Amino acid sequence: MNAARTVEVAKDSSMLKQKEMISGNYRKLENAVADGRKVAATFVPGNLNELIMCFDVVNNLPEINAIQNGLRKKTGGYIMEAEKRGHSEDVCTYVKADLGMIAKGNIGPDGQKLPDPDLLLLSYTGCFTFMKWFELLRDQYKCETAMLHVPYQGDGQISKNMISYVVKQMKEEVIPKLERVSGVKFDIDRLRENLARSAKAEEDFVWVLESAKAKPSPIDAYFGGVYYIGPIFTAFRGTQDAVEYYRLLRAEIAERLAAGQGPVTPAGDMPAERYRLVVEGPPNWTSFRDFWKMFYEEGAVVVASTYTKVGGLYDQGFRHDPAKPLESLAEYCLGCYTNRNLPARIDLIEQYMEEYQADGLLINSIKSCNSFSAGQLLMLREIEKRTGKPAAFIESDLVDPRYFSPANIKNRLESYFQMVDQRRAGGKSVPARAA
Amino acid sequence: MSTPTSEIIDRCQALFDDLNFTYAREWKAAVPGRVVVGYMPFYVPREIIHAAGGLPLGVLGGGEQLEVIQGDAYYQSYICRIPRSTIELGVTNRLDFVDAMLFPSICDVIRNLSGMWKIMFPKVKSRYFDVPQNFADKVGGTFYIHELNELRALLAEATGREVTDDAIRASIALFNENRALVREVYAFRARTPWKAPSAEVYLLMRAGMVLAVEEHSRMLREYLVAAAAEDRPKRDNSRVVVTGAFCEQPPLNLIKSIELSGCYIVDDDFMLVNRWEQSDVPTEGDPLANLSNAYLHNSASTSAKYEPDRAKKGLFLVEAVRRTHAEGVIFATPSFCDPALLDRPMQQRVLAEHGIPYIAFKYAENSGQMQPIREQAGTFADSIKLWSAA
Ligand code: SF4
Ligand code: SF4
Repeated sequence: MNAARTVEVAKDSSMLKQKEMISGNYRKLENAVADGRKVAATFVPGNLNELIMCFDVVNNLPEINAIQNGLRKKTGGYIMEAEKRGHSEDVCTYVKADLGMIAKGNIGPDGQKLPDPDLLLLSYTGCFTFMKWFELLRDQYKCETAMLHVPYQGDGQISKNMISYVVKQMKEEVIPKLERVSGVKFDIDRLRENLARSAKAEEDFVWVLESAKAKPSPIDAYFGGVYYIGPIFTAFRGTQDAVEYYRLLRAEIAERLAAGQGPVTPAGDMPAERYRLVVEGPPNWTSFRDFWKMFYEEGAVVVASTYTKVGGLYDQGFRHDPAKPLESLAEYCLGCYTNRNLPARIDLIEQYMEEYQADGLLINSIKSCNSFSAGQLLMLREIEKRTGKPAAFIESDLVDPRYFSPANIKNRLESYFQMVDQRRAGGKSVPARAA
Repeated sequence: MSTPTSEIIDRCQALFDDLNFTYAREWKAAVPGRVVVGYMPFYVPREIIHAAGGLPLGVLGGGEQLEVIQGDAYYQSYICRIPRSTIELGVTNRLDFVDAMLFPSICDVIRNLSGMWKIMFPKVKSRYFDVPQNFADKVGGTFYIHELNELRALLAEATGREVTDDAIRASIALFNENRALVREVYAFRARTPWKAPSAEVYLLMRAGMVLAVEEHSRMLREYLVAAAAEDRPKRDNSRVVVTGAFCEQPPLNLIKSIELSGCYIVDDDFMLVNRWEQSDVPTEGDPLANLSNAYLHNSASTSAKYEPDRAKKGLFLVEAVRRTHAEGVIFATPSFCDPALLDRPMQQRVLAEHGIPYIAFKYAENSGQMQPIREQAGTFADSIKLWSAA
């Protein structure tokens, strides 16, 4: 068996593993009623998956449903449906994609009916919209709702007051409601075991992210990165499956790294790395493949991204810690990317630009998402000022196809890459690149 | 002889028009060591600022008068107006006398603006002011008292002197008085809306955002006397509650247009900060615990606040309609305002269940075209009359 073939097989095993995990969770959801299992809906940033698992409750993540539906190009119709029902065209399209899906029978991304949640676990981390989203869902389902208010790091720090507030809410609000809904008594040792598994997976996950420091980078930390974050950001953190997935993934990437290969793209191996970028902001999902293609066709690889930190900044050293289970969960919730203040977000991007030897910053500004987008133009200026590297700004949306304009984005990117070329040539103009 | 309403309102209008904040500048210059603390809508505990010897200054955007040139370069087209006009106020040095800025926890835009302020105006003490969304005393309350203490420390640092409990108690008393007068003005308008046109009430309340509290209370008293004494023609208008406008403010013309089109505004949520606590905050005992209690258990309901009980969702609005004998609700919401727009369908569901008619439109602080709004509000006023006659 030759080396390339080995890599191909290895790549398949982590991807297959993830596919199996995701469809397994959807199956669990679809069978929840028949199996007598309770269902909690919750958000990605600051999610309490390890805790939810302690109650044998199945985890449904509306954001992930919106993403999956976006990738399958179903969200355009759902959003229109929600707008027809009185939801403003101005608000977050994840919310409308979810409400539209429910209005049309609550058929999940894989074509099966999703169960009504027994508990809405509102982890209010890093985004104001979450609060309204679950109030809207509660209006529909009339089910129990647990609010976990995670204070914002306004001064760029996590204070003791914040941790103790979040821990108290877990003890007095979240855990009692999970116990009541599930009928299972809380067992802190079970939580510790889950957290220990999380930390293991987190270790390998960070190794994968940091492999992008190599030249060429063996991964794309944005387009590929959104697959890599899948298990750890969602219903699998704390499971043995996640440990296994990241172990496999790490081994695959290690092989690519050793072989000096670049990332795998939908069109196969990436051509030679020409541009190393840091990207801020979530991707567009409805045209994800086309969007990605605009990068890899130009030899642009994303070496670090902030979107892959919305579910935790493990690369900054945070690990779930079984020795202080609830405090560690609180710290996790408080530390997610969009819960950090703007100066801290800018510092992080600057750090990435340096550590990953990036040629520039690209901001994909999302119409839906004030949490990410408000302030991004200042970020752009600051990064240019601090690093002297060019930054570019494009606009799209998460799951609303009406706001993805391929021609505009492609034009912007092309001129941006030319700008990077010029900057590299020390401001001198460079000959046009071959098409 | 009392001051006529026109004179009082002329003063308010001048304060409203003055985007250089001359009053606050002069107030600060009058006594060395005074500080001015700006705050964005919708709620901050002004008592603590006052107790520190500071002037709380409401920064409610640039309105329709301010030409936003630089501010636009900081925001995408799909973000509301108030942050960009506030940046404009900052970069054009109109707020250069402000020592500290508070950004209350209202939405992600204001939240991120707090960080932008730190970067753009590093000499100003900027603070994101978090409020609890958990309303249990031992949980949200403890957290909140801690936040209040941090604010107290920040102000002590700004002024160089301690902010004592006694000083806070004394300030609570002054703000209680002010809030009671504000409630009285609102009640007066609800009883006799033709005697207190909404544009006047609006300007009076806006004056409260920039004046020292003692002076504003005096002004409210004078207005109540003057307005009661004046005879004004009563029109056959419909009575409406306006909601959704708690942050970016509507242009004054919009408020006038609603009334001109045949609607008396009998309640609204403009500037919730001066009506936040629904009754007096106790002046005995631990002042921070009292402020916290008032916040947790006795404050206005708005989209920026979580409602833990589904059954209570929207009832604050229904109650406002009942209390003021309103006949309908106008949702007037800034474009791209996430909290207000996401909340709206739930509020509308509750109104429909209570048989309360409503209409909805969006605005921007610099909207110029009032014709469509006038038409919409006019049709609404007519339909309310037809509906009640039926
Ligand atoms: S506003 Fe942004 S973070 Fe919040 S739900 Fe929408 S996309 Fe997610
Ligand atoms: S108008 Fe609405 S979205 Fe804009 S800053 Fe105010 S609350 Fe936030």
